[in-house]
Amino acid sequence: MPFPDTEKLLDALIDSIRGNIKPDTGIIGIHTGGVWVAERLHASLGIDVPMGTIDIAFYRDDYSQRGLHDSVKPSDIPFDVNDRDIILVDDVLYTGRTVRAAMNELFDYGRPGCVMLAALVDRGGRQLPIEPRFVGAQVSVSDDELVSLQREDDGALHLSTKPRPSASDQS
Amino acid sequence: MNVHITGGRLVDPASGLDAVTDVFVAGAEVAAIGEAPAGFHAERTIDARGLIVCPGLVDVAARLREPGFEYRATLESEAAAAAAGGVTSLACPPDTDPPLDEPGLVEMLKYRARSLNLVQVYPIGALTRALQGAKLTEMSELADAGCVAFSQGDAPLPDPQVLLRSMQYAATVGYPVWLRPQENTLAGGGVAHDGEVATRLGLQAIPAIAETMAVSIILLLARETGARVHLCRLSSAASVDMVREAKSLGLAVSCDISVNHLHLTDIDIGDFESACHLIPPLRSRRDLEALRNGLADGTIDAICSDHTPVDEDAKQLPFAEAAAGATGLELLLPLTLKWASEAGIPLVDALASLTSAPARLLGIPAGRVETGMRADLCVFDPALHWRVEPSALRSQGHNTPFAGYELEGKVLYTLVGGHIVYE
Amino acid sequence: MSRNPQLDGSGRLTHLLSIEGLPRDVLVNILDTAQSFVSVTERDIKKVPLLRGKSVFNLFFEPSTRTRTTFEIAAKRLSADVINLNVGVSSQSKGETLLDTVANLSAMHADMFVVRHSQSGAPNLIARHVGENIHVINAGDGRHAHPTQALLDMFTIRHYKQDFSGLRVAIVGDILHSRVARSQIHALTTLGVAEVRVIAPATLLPAAVDRLGVRVFTDMVEGLTDADVVIMLRLQNERMNGELLPSAQEYFKNYGLNPEKLAHADSQAIVMHPGPMNRGVEIDSSVADGSQSVILPQVTFGIAVRMAVMSMLAGQS
Repeated sequence: MPFPDTEKLLDALIDSIRGNIKPDTGIIGIHTGGVWVAERLHASLGIDVPMGTIDIAFYRDDYSQRGLHDSVKPSDIPFDVNDRDIILVDDVLYTGRTVRAAMNELFDYGRPGCVMLAALVDRGGRQLPIEPRFVGAQVSVSDDELVSLQREDDGALHLSTKPRPSASDQS
Repeated sequence: MNVHITGGRLVDPASGLDAVTDVFVAGAEVAAIGEAPAGFHAERTIDARGLIVCPGLVDVAARLREPGFEYRATLESEAAAAAAGGVTSLACPPDTDPPLDEPGLVEMLKYRARSLNLVQVYPIGALTRALQGAKLTEMSELADAGCVAFSQGDAPLPDPQVLLRSMQYAATVGYPVWLRPQENTLAGGGVAHDGEVATRLGLQAIPAIAETMAVSIILLLARETGARVHLCRLSSAASVDMVREAKSLGLAVSCDISVNHLHLTDIDIGDFESACHLIPPLRSRRDLEALRNGLADGTIDAICSDHTPVDEDAKQLPFAEAAAGATGLELLLPLTLKWASEAGIPLVDALASLTSAPARLLGIPAGRVETGMRADLCVFDPALHWRVEPSALRSQGHNTPFAGYELEGKVLYTLVGGHIVYE
Repeated sequence: MSRNPQLDGSGRLTHLLSIEGLPRDVLVNILDTAQSFVSVTERDIKKVPLLRGKSVFNLFFEPSTRTRTTFEIAAKRLSADVINLNVGVSSQSKGETLLDTVANLSAMHADMFVVRHSQSGAPNLIARHVGENIHVINAGDGRHAHPTQALLDMFTIRHYKQDFSGLRVAIVGDILHSRVARSQIHALTTLGVAEVRVIAPATLLPAAVDRLGVRVFTDMVEGLTDADVVIMLRLQNERMNGELLPSAQEYFKNYGLNPEKLAHADSQAIVMHPGPMNRGVEIDSSVADGSQSVILPQVTFGIAVRMAVMSMLAGQS
């Protein structure tokens, strides 16, 4: 199935969020693709509160099998999480495990007022009870393919698929 | 028993003989070489085609661990190891527990060895009482009991005054003094050669001058007293140079090295491998080359195994705490052959350092194949490849830095006094 | 010496025994991972669940409250269970061998041993004998190595200086007896600093130390000239009794860091010390408390670095 144009997906996502944010809503992107998407959302939605980033390396559920990921980036949430509306942003929503880890980490920073999930694409295949509030598009991809987001040098984003490597991946 | 060893290449360094010929053993002696003696009927024939027949090896340093260290090894196990290694005569250092400073202990040791009849044991007696480095021992009595020389073993050297007097006394009795050269205060507590490896590993170091200073003192005292002196287990290049010079000046000095130092350097310690914790320590490549050259040019007289069985528990400790020493009776021959082939040394010369030369140093009737002499013989296959498996060694000590090494040359038959003690 | 004892069959870090033998990218990876843990230590909930359910045994054969405490804090922040064993007091004195002690503890399902021992190579021996999924961290062995200390020192340098490549780093003090110095030298040369210098009197220099890739100085002023980083080592009391050095006073005169000597270093030079400090022996109070000193931040970074090391080792199967 050909992929929808990524820039159009971003526009769709931004539009769906636009009427649903408060002045003090915080946006947090999940490394790495979720951060890129969150940056676009943050800029286009004109959000005052500085953007946060989360790296879920220390909260993954597959640490015992696979060890610590090679490149861990620091999590950085430059605002007070307590009682705030948070939009958690990921690029590709799949099994739901990434979001689960991100929420666990988020709750170590404080108690949010509410957490809404925004995903650029939802490819289904959930293994946990997690649903997005805002989605660019739902896509259908076979199990032996991975969906990933790339960023060009000029900042343009685009989604693509590639065959899955032997070990299982989490999204 | 009459034994006919047929078709082997007989190499006898003492006489220079190197030829394919037969050897005839009758009772405890060599009855003939070449042609069978009149009326000889072999009760046992050994087919030695493709094999080497040589004098039984003479090992000037092998610890039997009796008395006192029976949990490490016993005469039974170590004599069997000697037989498996083709060693038919060996000298054991006096650092047993109690040390060999009483004639009774020496007699007991000789008696035990005789009853086993696997290897001829020549004890080296203590130079000072309890090896404390203070008072002289009854060297004359000890010599009568069977000691062939006097030594401190691995116990510290006495101070120069005691050393002087003990050398004078030993010279009076007519026996040589065997000393391992190490200046105690410089060595103090060190466990590894003072070089890059010890620095990297953070191991307390023994500088080479600890050895050379002691060599220097010993040589000066030897010249002063006229005593015959033998330096045990040299490890550094400078020591070899000093002995070479002393010999050229006509001093009655001899020396040996351990077969371990013929092959290993401090780099072999690797990841704190306690099998490489040895006395003296393994030194640098430069030192190893100098030891090899010293053997080749005759400065170094003999190679010994420095056989020192250690129990497993005592080696499974951090390097500095692990007991020092390596087992070696069964590796003496193949490791010597390995050196000879690497250095291009003719077989007869390599075997001399294991037979005629050490026999001369100990002053014993051994180390040669000659009609009328005791039939102490070794028959080995020079081309047999085998792998060193510590658990397969006869010795109770499985502590060897050569574990897993592929070696060439293995003893197939050992005869002591005409008896086949190993096959 | 065949394979690297710190790597497992697939080439992953399974023990941390020494800096020597670790490739550059492994060191950089540890520093990068530690950076992430710094942000964990700066927020309210300083815990992450990585080592939940794992048991970390602090096996200290040589007493040390400081180092043991930082390892304990690091392990607890990773949600691990921590058991502290001051072995000098218990089984060793009853004659139990080192390996027997370790075997008994392994039978209690230890996942990780943090080992400090007075003998060089003790952690290496332990690592050779533990089961496949048990990891050993060397917290200091004899004179050999103190890898986590060197790593936190490198982290500190990177924090203040960013780029290793142009740095001139001077290490001052008892190099002969120092496991910290050895690990620092290996780390600095592996990370590619411009120059590593050691400064000490001849009695405190080990043989062939230049072969480790350092320039040797016995004159401190000469050695400090234009240095970007000055690392002062602690001088232990037993060294000052006259056997290796005549006295503390004479040592301080020639090898102690005071403002006058520090002035010879680069004006932006940072002063480090692995601690604990002997004020007035190797370092003057005014320097220890001065603007160029980064000694206190070193301690904070130590927790993040140890969290990084533990989490990188423990995640195997």
